[in-house]
Amino acid sequence: MDILLAIAIMALGAVVLGALLGFASIKFKVEGDPLVEKVEAILPQTQCGQCGFPGCKPYAEAIVNGEEINKCPPGGSEGVQRLADLLGREVKPLDAEEKPKQIAIIDENTCIGCTLCIQSCPVDAIVGAAKQMHTIIAQQCTGCELCLPPCPVECIHMAVIPETIDNWKWKYPVVAMQVVAADKAAAIKEAA
Amino acid sequence: MLMDLFKFKGGVKPPSNKLQSNHLPIAQAPMPSRLVMPLHQSIGGTPRPIVAAGDHVLKGQMIGEADGWISAAVHAPTSGTVVEVAMHVRPHPSGLDSLCVVIEPDGKDEWIARTPIDHNAAAPADVFHHLQQCGIVGLGGAGFPAHGKLTPTKGVPMDELIINGAECEPFITCDDLLMRERADEVVRGIAVFRDLLQPKKVLIGIEDNKPEAIAAMRAAVDALNEPFSVVAVPTLYPAGGAKQLIRVLTGKEVPGSMRSTADMGVQVFNVGTAYSAWRAIAHGEPLISRILTVTGNVHAPRNYEVLIGTPMGELLALAQPHPDTDGILMGGPMMGFLIPNPQVPVVKTTNCLIAHDDRLFPPKAPEMPCIRCGACARACPHELQPFEMYWFSRAKNFGKTQEYNIFDCIECGCCSYVCPSRIPLVQYFRFAKSEIWAREREKNASDQAKARFEFKQLREEREKADKAEKLAKAAAAQAAKKAAEAAAAAAESGADAAVATAAPEMDAKRAAIEAAMARAKAQREAVQPKNTEHLAPDQQKAADEIEARRVAAHLIEDRVSSEKATAAPTAQLDPKS
Repeated sequence: MDILLAIAIMALGAVVLGALLGFASIKFKVEGDPLVEKVEAILPQTQCGQCGFPGCKPYAEAIVNGEEINKCPPGGSEGVQRLADLLGREVKPLDAEEKPKQIAIIDENTCIGCTLCIQSCPVDAIVGAAKQMHTIIAQQCTGCELCLPPCPVECIHMAVIPETIDNWKWKYPVVAMQVVAADKAAAIKEAA
Repeated sequence: MLMDLFKFKGGVKPPSNKLQSNHLPIAQAPMPSRLVMPLHQSIGGTPRPIVAAGDHVLKGQMIGEADGWISAAVHAPTSGTVVEVAMHVRPHPSGLDSLCVVIEPDGKDEWIARTPIDHNAAAPADVFHHLQQCGIVGLGGAGFPAHGKLTPTKGVPMDELIINGAECEPFITCDDLLMRERADEVVRGIAVFRDLLQPKKVLIGIEDNKPEAIAAMRAAVDALNEPFSVVAVPTLYPAGGAKQLIRVLTGKEVPGSMRSTADMGVQVFNVGTAYSAWRAIAHGEPLISRILTVTGNVHAPRNYEVLIGTPMGELLALAQPHPDTDGILMGGPMMGFLIPNPQVPVVKTTNCLIAHDDRLFPPKAPEMPCIRCGACARACPHELQPFEMYWFSRAKNFGKTQEYNIFDCIECGCCSYVCPSRIPLVQYFRFAKSEIWAREREKNASDQAKARFEFKQLREEREKADKAEKLAKAAAAQAAKKAAEAAAAAAESGADAAVATAAPEMDAKRAAIEAAMARAKAQREAVQPKNTEHLAPDQQKAADEIEARRVAAHLIEDRVSSEKATAAPTAQLDPKS
């Protein structure tokens, strides 16, 4: 009799806990993959496609599914580092050369108003209309270079963002090297 | 007057070095050879230039118009000609250029018409506007536009108005001399602030190493019969920091997250700000000059009344620097910085120039490892833990530095001053702060880019869907039309009705196709060759040859035999296939 009671209690416990877990899995269901969102937050959102994926979100999804983390040149080696920290993967050197931040500039004298660059800009940072001069909204430009290839007259070039008082940063304090006289240095060497 | 004072934690007592420059009265600096007025001289929006090269300006004429509420106008310090509006170096640790108006003085020093304002009669908004138009900004260091601080926060009663005459940084004596010589106007300026803010009490805090200034201010307060308390506060760096002075005088502690002290019913102004506000209100004079200490490695240190825009090198020459001077420090030795070259102009917030040499400021011995002695934490007036912030700044772990409240750091330099390992702690904090700001900017930019990208995708998808829908609609309309035509044609020709009803769809389609083909044929045949009447023989021959080739290629029916010649228009109508 005792053993039956014990089994009944355990069975009841199992049913109750099972029901609870089942309820929780429906109630607290997470929509989408939170890891993809975290990865995407680290990516620089230039939407440039230099990683081989059509935008930052597809690349974030690919990373979560095992793609290499060093394929984002705008993110730089710092981006790779942050992705490695997040995903617990090994830091790899960037799969491209690192460039300073740039923006595209349209030579407005050469522009013929073909609207091809407007269509290629992933963030709608180019204003203009057919047969009207186009120009780039500098604040919105992510420097993705996607507008360069479609331009039939090659009137777009990339320019490094100049340092101004507004975007100037304090430098990392550098420890000054000590100048040691040659004879002193030799003495130190001997002592060592 | 006796009152209980409070203490702030930490602080240091560096050698004050004030005696060199405070025994001589304020002197008027001579007119410089040229004046460089940076447009951005205060916190907030950069004023827009409203003069161009070649313009003649009068003393006090506005040359830069305030851009937004938190911004203050800039004026010509003397009469003369605008040489250029161009990029010039301005006093900033970066040594980078910014937009400046360069004025060549004509020597006449001719004033523009000045309009004082009666602050008792005028509405507060007009007084604020007047102060903004006169370019009055905080002269204590940060340069916050004064009118922006003169409105009490809604719902918070203004308890104390504090006037900061502490001047705690070593070497600097400009506020000391201002209070000694012009106490009357300072007190009148304070009265204006009092009228606007309506505080319960007004406290003037002056460090007790300036007894003459305290006496002069007390005399002025008594003479004007104002209920202000002039309080001597103990000399301890940085007692002149706004939050420290509030703590000492009222015992109130300003929470780190608080953006404006007005939110807790306290407002702080520098004595210099009160003075220049009074000049603006009572005399209509914009802020075009200030008192400034020239000291350090010089023969004749003293205070000068200087036009804003004067090149610092010319000012330093007045005090006869010793030959071993190797640079100019703007501000005090604790918070100041070396300027990149002597052409850098004096701005509204320049309170002191120190001739730099190795004797006064011996080169810093190399940085040693942190030994975690905690001296920096004991010295920090904000009760922060500089050694922790240092570790994380050094490791570029900026999230952690924020957990240790790096943004509460006022960069006073006490920690660097006491560090036995001579670590330039403040430099690490500045680096971390600007890096965090830069990241914040980048984050905002990338969020915006993401939103714009997603919107573009959404738009493209919507356009595609719209287009597909349109096409489908057009196709359906076309099909319906043809079906109707075919039905009509079928009815007309009296075709087999039974077949038509048995397979109406198929039939309708076939009928439509046949009808279309018949129409096309009729159209083709209806076309007559044009411009073939008066052809020259060689043209006729060429046309005939082309026509023959067409026939050979079965492009058209052999009409050449029956009719005469066919020319280009038919060819155009005929499709090639």
